[in-house]
Amino acid sequence: MDESLKDLNEFLLSKCSEDIISSVIEHNHLTITIVFSSLEKITSLMKINNVCQFRTLIDITAIDYPEQEERFCLVYHYLSMQQNIRIRIKSFVKEEQIVPSITNLFPSANWFEREVFDMYGILFSNHPDMRRILTDYGFQGHPLRKDFPTTGYLELRYDQEKKKVIYEPVKLTQEYRNFDFMSPWEGEAFNFDNNDRELEEKS
Amino acid sequence: MADNFQHEKNIKESSVRNFNINFGPQHPAAHGVLRMVLELDGEVVDRCDPHIGLLHRGTEKLMESRTYLQNLPYFDRLDYVAPMNQEHAWCLAIEKLLNVKITYRASLIRVLYSEIGRVLNHLLNITTQAMDVGAFTPISWGFEEREKLMVFYERACGARLHAAYFRPGGVHQDLSEQLLNDIMSWSEEFPKIVDDIEDLLTENRIFKQRNVDIGIVNKDDAFEWGFSGVMVRGSGLAWDLRRSQPYECYSDFDFKIPVGKNGDCYDRYLCRVWEMKESVKIIQQSIEKLSKCMGEDVLIRGKIAPPKRSDMKKSMESLIHHFKLYTEGFHVPKGEVYVSVEAPKGEFGVYLVSDGTNKPYRVKLRAPGFSHLAAIDYLCKGHQLADVSAILGSLDVVFGEIDR
Repeated sequence: MDESLKDLNEFLLSKCSEDIISSVIEHNHLTITIVFSSLEKITSLMKINNVCQFRTLIDITAIDYPEQEERFCLVYHYLSMQQNIRIRIKSFVKEEQIVPSITNLFPSANWFEREVFDMYGILFSNHPDMRRILTDYGFQGHPLRKDFPTTGYLELRYDQEKKKVIYEPVKLTQEYRNFDFMSPWEGEAFNFDNNDRELEEKS
Repeated sequence: MADNFQHEKNIKESSVRNFNINFGPQHPAAHGVLRMVLELDGEVVDRCDPHIGLLHRGTEKLMESRTYLQNLPYFDRLDYVAPMNQEHAWCLAIEKLLNVKITYRASLIRVLYSEIGRVLNHLLNITTQAMDVGAFTPISWGFEEREKLMVFYERACGARLHAAYFRPGGVHQDLSEQLLNDIMSWSEEFPKIVDDIEDLLTENRIFKQRNVDIGIVNKDDAFEWGFSGVMVRGSGLAWDLRRSQPYECYSDFDFKIPVGKNGDCYDRYLCRVWEMKESVKIIQQSIEKLSKCMGEDVLIRGKIAPPKRSDMKKSMESLIHHFKLYTEGFHVPKGEVYVSVEAPKGEFGVYLVSDGTNKPYRVKLRAPGFSHLAAIDYLCKGHQLADVSAILGSLDVVFGEIDR
């Protein structure tokens, strides 16, 4: 399996080196990071090219890195049943950037892109049906962004008097707890140097 | 003559407004909470718009704030028809990132219970599909067998449904010899039950009328729509991850991959029936193999698994390790990994991104049912309204995994 991944990697690097930022084979899996503008080009190459033959789109998802300028990382997983190999294609996008949809090449991308939009708020152009998919009708916000609280903003219940389901701001009887298990030797939460300096200044 | 002409003039073409109906969310054939807006032209389906997410619990979000071990039980709640197959993918993903190899006995137990999960799933699917098209008896026969298998689940881990039995580094507990013997004797009787269910359905005229040539998926469309599992095998593609990308110790087993020919609902039904028979073979082989490695530890006692109870009584380090494991959890090295297993419904995958802490940075659960249901518009278009439930039944959707 490793050999065929290497061959594929070399082929892709020779064929479209200007589109590829980096490529790595890790845990028996080829990952290539591409320039955002060549997303469509690479996608059609994946599907049509005889060396690739990635005809099954396994998954589209995103990862949120709020501290980066290019905030979201779009991740596409493809599988080639003919060659029995998989590939992962990554591309970084900014928050307000609109991503070209690949539904014309892979109809299965329709729901995956809707989910990415729902969860991260990334918009896709030329998508036939850009609606929310998993969250409630009329939901606000994009839950899988790192700055969205796990508890959410609204809760709903059935109101006995009004005889209907009503939405209210979330009321927690206990504050949501998130424990920090980072060891002070590993994490950056605690700065020893500054602490020493502060102590010296005080004394 | 003139009279006739007058008559023809009166019945000129007029377009009739299409009819919209809601299928579900409270409909027994919707297999859970699926709301489908159907646009009907007479009795023919014109457009099919599924509204999913009624069972959305935000599993992926919740997982980001919990440790790797705490996340394990969430997998039981995805596809709750075959819980352990999902746990398997999660354990494999963690083990791949940690580069851990589990013991052979643990691996055999995982295979054994994954196959029990497959039988559990197919029993439910075949019989409920039969119920969707009008047969009531198979479901009561199938559920009797499911009940027996649930008891095997319970005897292994204490829970009938939400097992949390597979753990990173192996499985939670060893199986008793009595349990293995009981599974063996069940596996000898079970093919008879499958034959009985087949007697009711396979050559049944009504069942065939409702399923043959309904919801045909050809090979190209199976690729286009990202199908996996029975959905591609029913269309004649011999694709099974247990064989093509072997994980665990599936390469040591002797089993066949049933493949359909026409890609219709009936072929998918046949594939599932045959898969159950093959699973029984794997179950028997794994019990045989298990008897050869008695006494081997089923968990690797490293940093990711708890120490033995007896060690905790004697050694301070073990006690500290136990405490740290269940509070802080273990850390997984930085990296990303995609691991997939052949779940009964198709390819269930876990895309895990770790940042080196004790919690995953991002987890994406790739549910097979999600892409299958996404194709429902393509599958149902042009079919009759009554075929929608037959197609939905043969897709094998469970909303725990689709809505996550």
